[in-house]
Amino acid sequence: MMKRRSLLATAGAALAASRIPAAHAATLVGVTDTEIKIGHTIPYSGPASAYGVIGQGHTAFFKRVNDKGGIAGRKINLISLDDGYAPPKTVEQVRRLVEQDQVAFLFNTLGTPNNTAIQKYVNSKKVPHLFLSTGADKWGDPEHFPWTIGWQPSYRTEAQIYAKYIMKNRPGAKVAVLYQNDDFGKDYITGFKDGFGKDYAKYVVKEFSFEVTDATIDSQAVSMQATGADVILTAATPKFAAQMIRKVSDMDWKPLHFLTNVSSSVGAVITPAGPERAVGIITSAYGKDPTDPTWANDAGMNEWRAFMKEYIPTGDLTDGGYVFSYGVCTTLMQMLKQCGTDFSRENVMKQATSLKDLYIPTLLPGITVSTSPTNFHPIRQMQLQKWTGKTWELFGEIIEGTGA
Amino acid sequence: MDGFIHQIISGIASGGIYASVALALVMIYQATHHVNFAQGEMAMFSTYIALTLIQAGLPYWAAFCITVPVSFVIGALIQRVVMEPLSKAPVLASVGVFIGLLLTFNSVAGWIFTYTLKPFPTPFGEGKPLFGGFVSRHELGSTAITLVVLLSIWAFFRFTKLGLAMRAAAFNPVSSRLVGVPVARMLALGWGLAAGIGAIAGMMVAPVIFLDPNMMAGVLLYAFAGALLGGITNPLGAVIGGFIVGIIENLGGAYVVGTELKLTTALFIIVVVLTVKPAGLFGKTLVSRV
Repeated sequence: MMKRRSLLATAGAALAASRIPAAHAATLVGVTDTEIKIGHTIPYSGPASAYGVIGQGHTAFFKRVNDKGGIAGRKINLISLDDGYAPPKTVEQVRRLVEQDQVAFLFNTLGTPNNTAIQKYVNSKKVPHLFLSTGADKWGDPEHFPWTIGWQPSYRTEAQIYAKYIMKNRPGAKVAVLYQNDDFGKDYITGFKDGFGKDYAKYVVKEFSFEVTDATIDSQAVSMQATGADVILTAATPKFAAQMIRKVSDMDWKPLHFLTNVSSSVGAVITPAGPERAVGIITSAYGKDPTDPTWANDAGMNEWRAFMKEYIPTGDLTDGGYVFSYGVCTTLMQMLKQCGTDFSRENVMKQATSLKDLYIPTLLPGITVSTSPTNFHPIRQMQLQKWTGKTWELFGEIIEGTGA
Repeated sequence: MDGFIHQIISGIASGGIYASVALALVMIYQATHHVNFAQGEMAMFSTYIALTLIQAGLPYWAAFCITVPVSFVIGALIQRVVMEPLSKAPVLASVGVFIGLLLTFNSVAGWIFTYTLKPFPTPFGEGKPLFGGFVSRHELGSTAITLVVLLSIWAFFRFTKLGLAMRAAAFNPVSSRLVGVPVARMLALGWGLAAGIGAIAGMMVAPVIFLDPNMMAGVLLYAFAGALLGGITNPLGAVIGGFIVGIIENLGGAYVVGTELKLTTALFIIVVVLTVKPAGLFGKTLVSRV
């Protein structure tokens, strides 16, 4: 009896001993001598399926990488799954990617609620969760979520940039804010608070919220006008943004109108609201608009067009989703290049957070990607643009957000 | 003070939206004694049919006049094909089917017409808004249409034999059958009429809140509150209820509870009415012998 117990104890100790060094060494999952497995989720179906083109872009991009020999002798195997934009489905798919498919890391998973649903899980599993397709500010929180990093400028950064512009060009303005009562809308309030600093109460006369379940925002628009504001910010998804543009014009109210770039789509917002009603509205951009004639002969956009012609010949060249995909994939390739031959999860995360002034062909001139172990916001600069009645026109300099 | 009056006017304008959808709810309730949760989605689908016709080059009123009968047929067909086999099933089974219909219409519309927001034309002219910019021509015109629909429904139930038979079929199917009312046909007719009224409501709502597959999600709840408040058995009550909900929602949001609790206010109205006066302000309390 004694003998057996001591035998078990010895075996246990040996097992434990053999495990200790493994826990300290780099974790190498999903990488072989010939392949790197990458996980991705996106709505190919359901209400947000318009985003599906981004996934299509990624697949084509990595096909080109593989056709050219891959990276460090390895081919990229992108496993891109449909989550229908439903967070529970995202959780299911990401668990499958991490536990069954054993991917090296997750890349560009789409959607704020979807990424919120998986963030804790992937951080507890220590799986790199890279360059997300959402503009919420919370993806840059290395202290609590060291395995998650965003990509595009956050809504908070965007609001900081508007605040900077207002303080410089409209000192003494009275600002009213309409925001969607969720993570997305509230980021703009936070950004305004960063941007205006101690003068917040001096500038912002009142904030008005609405719920996505509301039928209209007419009541809020009426209240906003009654505050006597001469500058307004609309942080709303396309349907409510279009309603707001029309209501402001119906009321014959002519404030300086800032609009979240989430709702700057010409097809989904400006056209339904009426292009003539939107004249003078200001929003911001960080990437090149494929429909803007300014970039008709731009080297960076020509590079993208050549890629489209060869790999997605049937793709819609006016769809910004493909441009977005090209930019974020280019960022990933630089990260993989920096990894050398060490594709452990630790090194992947280390390289993802040490990108220096990276040039991306599809970003506006002067805007670059930079990260550091304390800066998990890769793109922090934007340029303002104004609706002329026919198109968005860029103006002013590149402005950088104020927050850390 | 100006702001207060503007809030009321703007409340009446959104109340008009709720009232028109509330009418469709009253119609289906009068005809079947059920509340069809898919009513809003069916209306949204009909609106897409109208938009497709308009984009094909038809003038607005022609598209309008085709869409309403087409919606009638779709509504009646749903009753015959989907609801009829369930006529003897418990009410929960019907509720399940209503929710199924809701999801089906929503997804099919997204699949066929995409989820992109679409502008929907108004027949009342785009001209300058009236009353200081707070009521657009469309809102005024659509309120008039709602009143016309209301009058027709009221007259239909009050003065026609068919209307009486329909109410009887919904209220007491067994006795109605005994006195010779073709109950199944009445139910199909009720579904058809409700779908037709829903189509009108959809076409009146879409120019204001823009057309997308989720257009009716927010509206239906407020419409439901309006219908219950006024009395779901009374078309006039439902319309008045719709307007009251619109005004309460605006004033409450602007001055009392804040914009965050607007939806809660609507739900609160539903609960209070169901507890205090289940028949609604203008509804008749129905007593049935068992």
